[in-house]
Amino acid sequence: MQDMTSPIARTTPQRRERIGYQLIFASVLLLVAAVLVSLSFGATGITLGALGRVLHAYVYGATDSAGVTEQLVLLGIRLPRTILGAFVGAALAVSGAMMQGLFRNPLADPGIIGVSSGATLAAVITIAFGKTFAAPWMAAFGVYALPFAAFLGGFLTTTLLVLIAGRRGQLMVGTLLLAGIAIGAMAGALTGLIAYASDDRELRDLTLWSLGSLSGASWPKVIAILPFVAVIAIMLPRVVRALNGFLLGEAEAFHLGIDVERMKWLIVVVTAACVGAAVAVAGLVGFVGIVVPHFIRLIAGPDHRIVLPCSALLGGALLLFADVIARLAVKPAELPLGIVMAAIGAPVFLHLVLRRGVGGLE
Amino acid sequence: MLEARELVLERRGRRLLDGIDLAAPGGRVTAIIGPNGAGKSMLLKVLAGELAPTAGSVRLDGQEMSTISAAALARRRAMVPQSTNLSFPFTVVEVVRLGASVPGFDGIKTRAHEHADQALETVGLGGFAARLYNELSGGEKQRVHIARALCQLDAAHRMDSETAVLMLDEPTSSLDLAHQVRVLDEARRQAGIGRAVLVVIHDLNLAAAWADDIVLLSAGRIHARGKPAEIFDNEILSEAYGCAIEVNRTPPAGVPYMLPHLLAAAQRNGEAS
Repeated sequence: MQDMTSPIARTTPQRRERIGYQLIFASVLLLVAAVLVSLSFGATGITLGALGRVLHAYVYGATDSAGVTEQLVLLGIRLPRTILGAFVGAALAVSGAMMQGLFRNPLADPGIIGVSSGATLAAVITIAFGKTFAAPWMAAFGVYALPFAAFLGGFLTTTLLVLIAGRRGQLMVGTLLLAGIAIGAMAGALTGLIAYASDDRELRDLTLWSLGSLSGASWPKVIAILPFVAVIAIMLPRVVRALNGFLLGEAEAFHLGIDVERMKWLIVVVTAACVGAAVAVAGLVGFVGIVVPHFIRLIAGPDHRIVLPCSALLGGALLLFADVIARLAVKPAELPLGIVMAAIGAPVFLHLVLRRGVGGLE
Repeated sequence: MLEARELVLERRGRRLLDGIDLAAPGGRVTAIIGPNGAGKSMLLKVLAGELAPTAGSVRLDGQEMSTISAAALARRRAMVPQSTNLSFPFTVVEVVRLGASVPGFDGIKTRAHEHADQALETVGLGGFAARLYNELSGGEKQRVHIARALCQLDAAHRMDSETAVLMLDEPTSSLDLAHQVRVLDEARRQAGIGRAVLVVIHDLNLAAAWADDIVLLSAGRIHARGKPAEIFDNEILSEAYGCAIEVNRTPPAGVPYMLPHLLAAAQRNGEAS
């Protein structure tokens, strides 16, 4: 495999470790920069300069109408959007990194193996049938109904995949990818059927949904994903060691003291939580989960102690930058985020495929 | 002491292991030999706790294997599998250091570097720490895994674990002669400091020269068991392997060495001429 010979990877172990920590530091800076950019740019032309005034007005009470507008735009629209964007990017990148570690394959991604499609189907069902047979679900979970449904869709899809591709405790990667494509296509067909039966307004909503966007960002959505953020933040440190062990293979991971079956399930659940919550707030956004972890591995190696935190930070930053482009490219209208991300991600993905061949898929 | 009693392993209705009794005490090198498909690797997997037996029991220092958690087991047992491939570019030292990453070894983190370097030195890969694992030859990969297991045992030793067990699945299969000697010498040294060493090995001559005890498997059963001098016998080996094998002795030490019987080949040559 060619990219094993990347010159960056040919460094002393100590140096590689140092590069890892430097990358975490750089990722933090980049995320901070992305947050500031995301707060500064938008259709209204209000810039970061207004932040000081807004904070002042927020504390001492707004005085003029311009101040009220600035406050509304910054705190009511851009801030929740920025928080959601950072979360969605982080969740997608981390879930990609975890899937790749679990399946020992750099091309694994919740988007490719159908998990996102499953989450999308569940979300679309909730949207389309929210007033009819899904009404009890909506009533039971309120603002959480959509993210929970998306999570459940992602979880069921992932579980199905693990059951199909698992034989005697071994997860078979080839089967998994093919089954994932098939399940993704079935979920896509059902999603399409629902779209076909929808009226024009629903149809447009669904289409925009499938292209991905942060335009619906709001504080209730931020609150809705908080439980997922908590689950992911608590679970992530627990799977690092297991993921490193899995890189050697499941049997070797067991020899190194990892409770393999438990960890597999934990990773599957955390991945489904990440994907479900991300799909719930932003629709389908592809490629973050492949591009970001790959980039990190190229620089700092495959150690998940570096890959996971850096994926979270850089994934968040990448998504925020992409969202700013989506907001500014055709202003005052907005490009769907998925389009921007695909435009960035697809060439990188292609590059990855060309360099690696189908390495690891045999 | 690692003990197996009345082990039975069935897979898809086929009996792969049948009535295996075995003891691997600390301080000794036990070699498991036998023809292809005799169940050697399966037996090692069951003894390592990786596969649950269909019937019978495996005990580590008297404790039933199935009641020991994966983490607790890894603090007392290191296993070297047959060579594996990685799908991500780990460096050699990163693989080796995984040996010190067992849950519960956290206290020795700062020493992981030392353990890893030492283990690499031991298997003759001193300058290889920063090399990428996937770029190594098969024999080098095999030695990386051995170093990883040694690193795990050293870390376990520092944690004051009870008897540690080292298990090797055909550790010499892709090694040159010098490294075969090196690895088996290290296995002996491990036994010398009180560890139980279990090695599945195909090379009968290496087994004869390095092992204290021999377990000869055939078709999932123990065909014979004992000291090398007892097991390496024309009749026993020929029967187990289904091919005529001739046991000779090296002159000074009387260590047995085995050759497939040359008589048949000689006869064929005679007829041809």
